Amino acid sequence: MEMNNKNNIPKELLVPMKQREDTSEEISRPSRTFGQNARRTFFKNKLAVVSLIILVIIILMSAFGPSMNQYGLDDQDLSRAKMPARVPVLENISWLGLDGTLSDNFKGNTVEQATLKGVSRYDNAEEFIDIEVIDEGDGSRNSAEVKATYRIYEAKEMTDQYFWLGTDTLGRDQWTRIWLGTRVSLQIAFYAALISLIIGVAYGGIAGFYGGKVDDVMMRILEVLIGIPNLVIILLMMLVLNPGITSIVIALTITGWTGMARIVRGEVMKQKNQEYVLAARTLGRSNWKIIMKHLLPNISGIIIINTMFTIPDAIFFEAFLSFIGLGITPPEASLGALISTGFKSIMLYPYLLIFPAILISLIMIAFNLIGDGLRDAFDPKMHK
Amino acid sequence: MVRYIGRRVFYMLITLFVIATLSFFLMKMLPGSPLNAEDKLSEEQKAIVLEKYGLNDPVPIQYVKYLGGLVQGDLGISFKFSNYPVTEILLDRMGPSAQLGFQALLVGTILGVLFGLIAAISHNGFLDYTSTIIAVLGTSIPNFVFAALLQIVFAVNLGWFPVALWGEFEHTVLPTIALMIFPMATAARFVRTEMVEVMGSSYITTARAKGISEPAIVFKHGFRNSLIPLITVIGPLAVSMLTGSMVIEQIFAIPGIGEQFVNSVFANDYPTIMGTTLLFAFLFVVIILIIDLLYGLIDPRIRISGGKS
Repeated sequence: MEMNNKNNIPKELLVPMKQREDTSEEISRPSRTFGQNARRTFFKNKLAVVSLIILVIIILMSAFGPSMNQYGLDDQDLSRAKMPARVPVLENISWLGLDGTLSDNFKGNTVEQATLKGVSRYDNAEEFIDIEVIDEGDGSRNSAEVKATYRIYEAKEMTDQYFWLGTDTLGRDQWTRIWLGTRVSLQIAFYAALISLIIGVAYGGIAGFYGGKVDDVMMRILEVLIGIPNLVIILLMMLVLNPGITSIVIALTITGWTGMARIVRGEVMKQKNQEYVLAARTLGRSNWKIIMKHLLPNISGIIIINTMFTIPDAIFFEAFLSFIGLGITPPEASLGALISTGFKSIMLYPYLLIFPAILISLIMIAFNLIGDGLRDAFDPKMHK
Repeated sequence: MVRYIGRRVFYMLITLFVIATLSFFLMKMLPGSPLNAEDKLSEEQKAIVLEKYGLNDPVPIQYVKYLGGLVQGDLGISFKFSNYPVTEILLDRMGPSAQLGFQALLVGTILGVLFGLIAAISHNGFLDYTSTIIAVLGTSIPNFVFAALLQIVFAVNLGWFPVALWGEFEHTVLPTIALMIFPMATAARFVRTEMVEVMGSSYITTARAKGISEPAIVFKHGFRNSLIPLITVIGPLAVSMLTGSMVIEQIFAIPGIGEQFVNSVFANDYPTIMGTTLLFAFLFVVIILIIDLLYGLIDPRIRISGGKS
């Protein structure tokens, strides 16, 4: 006995448990509803919670960001075009690249030649260009290399101004445009997801609940619709409709609801033969009440998960359409439109592409991680 | 089985007919004709041009003629490149798109399966988290953002590859990487989940009880069974190659079908637009059909409804 007691627990502490009538029936843990359980699982998932916080910040910024400075969506002014990003305080930390300078490396046969290239590249404003020699060179072709840093804010006598994310090729403030663009992208995604949700749940719910001939006919129609590639439909619709938020939402929802309808139908068919539905029926509940009060809450998990994955899809498709020139077109802004214009000056002004690219990636990652978290939370198989 | 294929092909034809009809009438609603405003043509010359495109007929007759041409593989004549049949344009541009899509799908899936397998074996270990992060990034970041980043880093800054050029194999490297990220990430996530589930099933326990070596269990018993459901995702992934090709070909200036489509949109070249959408639709339904048939063949547990086997 002494050998087996590896934990060195003093024998006095080991008291035999007494079976008592009053405690044996006690519930050891508080019983939680499905929703409470799901919430707990979700909030235990750190990635999902961080994503949720990031997403809330992005949504708030898309609401209030544009009014945080004095510039508007389409305030064109060529005298302040292509200004790099400059942020107060952060401008003193050089590696962040938010100090309002443009810099690039220039090559030439000699240092002078390379310097000349840099100076002519930056408006010939010699007094505001710092030259740093990287490679002296030996006179052979492109052997010398200098780094030219152009203090463009000083050159343009705008040292009192700050464009937090720079300006685009027409002098429009990138900060304002990015958050307004985010607003448009998110709006499109939410509307598309919401409409797909309503149509899909109604269609799938009716087909699944009534079954029989109704189900047969509705499913045949759905089968034909699912067979049509959504890419083709979306592209055709975008050609016909005028570019704008509404037409993108219409194009996305025309085929977007079919997936949801299929899933909801399957779930409803599974649930409608359960005892609780039979009980409700026995108690004389109407079909409508049974669908709204009993079936829908029981399949809400799967509906929420599906919607959470529809949103990033819609954001991607909006960006995709705008990128190939069929979606939102300038001067209106959306994340896709900003990436599209940024891509056109990728060589000289990469910051025009990088900021919207980072933002759209962040949004997509956040939605996907939240979707994953919700799936784990709502999937009954995962509950231990 | 034959009856099942027959029914599926019938559905396919209906789908294609619907798309052909839809795109025909939608295109009729749009303004624009093969006539250029710049070339000053007399009324007679205009009539000749319109006659060539069959635009003098009333719309219903045009529609019937269009469908008749479709059956024979004739997609009409391009508005922009006059005298050039759309079928020929598409055939010319098929090569680069097919090569790129095939390379990306193949390499992406193989790497994805590998990542998924590694992740599942080191379940909850460092490698698992790394490949999960790669998978989340790969499925989240839009491929054109990724393509642009690749271009900045490897073409502009490092100069390892040309920015946008087509011809030799090394020109296909960056576009292929940009296009393969999505299938890779999707396959990795899928294989990992499947593998973790399979490794927990009772026949694996039986195999362990029999004293089979761990590598044999992982590869012979686990891996093989987790691969079967992967076929279901390959279909949608192949379809996503079509979407991807449009932006990727645009970014890297690849003379493929996706780039052709975008250009036709801006040139209001309706016959080419219709031809391309029909081609996309055709590829889409054929891919889905092949995947469904493969799935039924490989996994005997799946009974194809309508079949007698």
